Amino acid sequence: MKPPASALQARGLQVTLGGRDVLQPMDVSFARGCWTSVAGPNGAGKTTLLKALAGLLPATGEVDVLGVARHSLAPQVRAQQLAWLGQTADGDDDVRAGDVVMLGRLPHQRWWQGPSAQDHAVVQTVMGQTQCWDLRQRPLGQLSGGERQRVLLARALAVQAPVLLMDEPLAHLDMPHQVDWLATVRGLVAQGVTVVSVMHELSLALRADHILLMDAGRVAHQGPCGDPQTHAALRQVFNRRVRVQALGGHWVAMPDEGEGGPSA
Amino acid sequence: MSHRPHLWRWGTAVLLLTVVCAWLGLMTGSEGLDTDWRWSDPIVQDIRWPRTLGAWLAGALLGLAGALAQGLFRNPLADPYLLGSASGAGLGVASALAVVSWGGAVISPGVAWAQPWVWRLGLTGCAFAGAWGAVLLTLLLARGAHHSLRLLLSGVVVGVVLGALTSLLMVAVPQAWPVMQSFLLGSTAMIGMPAVVLMAWVLLPSLAVALAMARWLDGLRLGEDTARSLGLPIGLLRWVLIGVLALCTATSVAQAGLIAFVGLVAPHLVRSRVALSYGPLLMLSAAMGGLLLCAADVLARAFMAPRELPVGILTAVLGGGYLLWRLHRQPQRGTP
Repeated sequence: MKPPASALQARGLQVTLGGRDVLQPMDVSFARGCWTSVAGPNGAGKTTLLKALAGLLPATGEVDVLGVARHSLAPQVRAQQLAWLGQTADGDDDVRAGDVVMLGRLPHQRWWQGPSAQDHAVVQTVMGQTQCWDLRQRPLGQLSGGERQRVLLARALAVQAPVLLMDEPLAHLDMPHQVDWLATVRGLVAQGVTVVSVMHELSLALRADHILLMDAGRVAHQGPCGDPQTHAALRQVFNRRVRVQALGGHWVAMPDEGEGGPSA
Repeated sequence: MSHRPHLWRWGTAVLLLTVVCAWLGLMTGSEGLDTDWRWSDPIVQDIRWPRTLGAWLAGALLGLAGALAQGLFRNPLADPYLLGSASGAGLGVASALAVVSWGGAVISPGVAWAQPWVWRLGLTGCAFAGAWGAVLLTLLLARGAHHSLRLLLSGVVVGVVLGALTSLLMVAVPQAWPVMQSFLLGSTAMIGMPAVVLMAWVLLPSLAVALAMARWLDGLRLGEDTARSLGLPIGLLRWVLIGVLALCTATSVAQAGLIAFVGLVAPHLVRSRVALSYGPLLMLSAAMGGLLLCAADVLARAFMAPRELPVGILTAVLGGGYLLWRLHRQPQRGTP
């Protein structure tokens, strides 16, 4: 049996909140074993798209996960295949970091069973990857914003899902930890994991394999990050205030104040 | 992991203190501390023992309900009464008292009819029915259990309206006020063996159900979206735990009246010592609630002996004082 080329595919996906189309009907697909970043101006619907893909919002349309309709999957199976990391660092302050990461193993456990030796091993590995193993005994309320984000990242990685959706995974992270995160994602993609991440920082978004540009609840463009067409679309979406340039072998997005200053 | 010994030490301390309190509960009579008591004494067996046991059970029910409410609504200020059960129970008791007093005062043939009917259901039965009615009303107003904020607001509204109705009844039938007052202040004085058996029968299955769902409550700690992305059945969890919460609260309120702060403070006391997952947290909160009410019961008897202080006054003063102290001690660590 030939595996489907796209790990995640949505047809006619639409979200309406309070009578407003937050997500216009759209068809999107994300290639297997590929890292796609999602970018666009504020309010473009990036977070909504991720939540709709994960099934956390009332949405119309079809979503296939690894070639199977999402609604036909049992919740626990879906949770094993599709991991989601939210944007807000929402969490109970009294829970220990190690216990938070262990929550990511819930989809692999029966409800009457405690964590297995394998679960503990996975937690140790992913906490090592995001460099928060030393924080495992500390309650969440005592961590800084960046430390907390690393713990939450480890929680999402602990699911070990073949499809990983992350909303602003780099929020609060300093540069060294952003670089660590890039390496982690590269490693996951090399193992065949499909990663979709909403990114605020455009230069980091351009490090992905593909970029999906959103504007006003629509998909404006989807294509490889190195493609000049993609760069033109990016400039268009951000109101011609952004310019993409090559720097040291990577694409970098720079603020563009225009020729005569900000009144372009 | 290194937190395990801490947990055991903490659990053992609660257990030892509970034994000490129960012992004191057997020793404390209406004349204050009674040093040459013996178990064969009918006063000890028929009054002090069920009362002590009952105080522990009522407190444990409130402690468990408080921990469940705080976990389910992800709010450290949630308490067992927040779905309106307290005011519902109050209205139930007030209505029963009003029927009896009014019947007795106005139409004497009515007494023969009204009294057996009301007493058969009992004040506890009326309180129980009132508490359940109020929770159902809250759920109805909130159009189900899936929206936390709407549920909490409905609970507040139901509480205020039913409280007003209770006050109205008390204005209309002032002769019922003294009995009503002792219910509102909370009292462990009237707990007998049947009440103990009933509370034990409610506590054990409630604790079992709550523990079975403890891991899902842990999943809820990162927010509802994350919990659903982990495949947890949030809808089922809400309905079942709201049922358990309402059952525990109604049972405790029906037997011991409106005891303030135990359900709020017990989980806080546990959490302030050690960061726990919900399994041990639920168990320790129940044990802590039992200990608190058991200790308050002893104090209530001994403090002004031979007069007895309503135990609810003690728990309100001590619980409120504790929360204020905690607030004062940790000004920098608020919930964001």
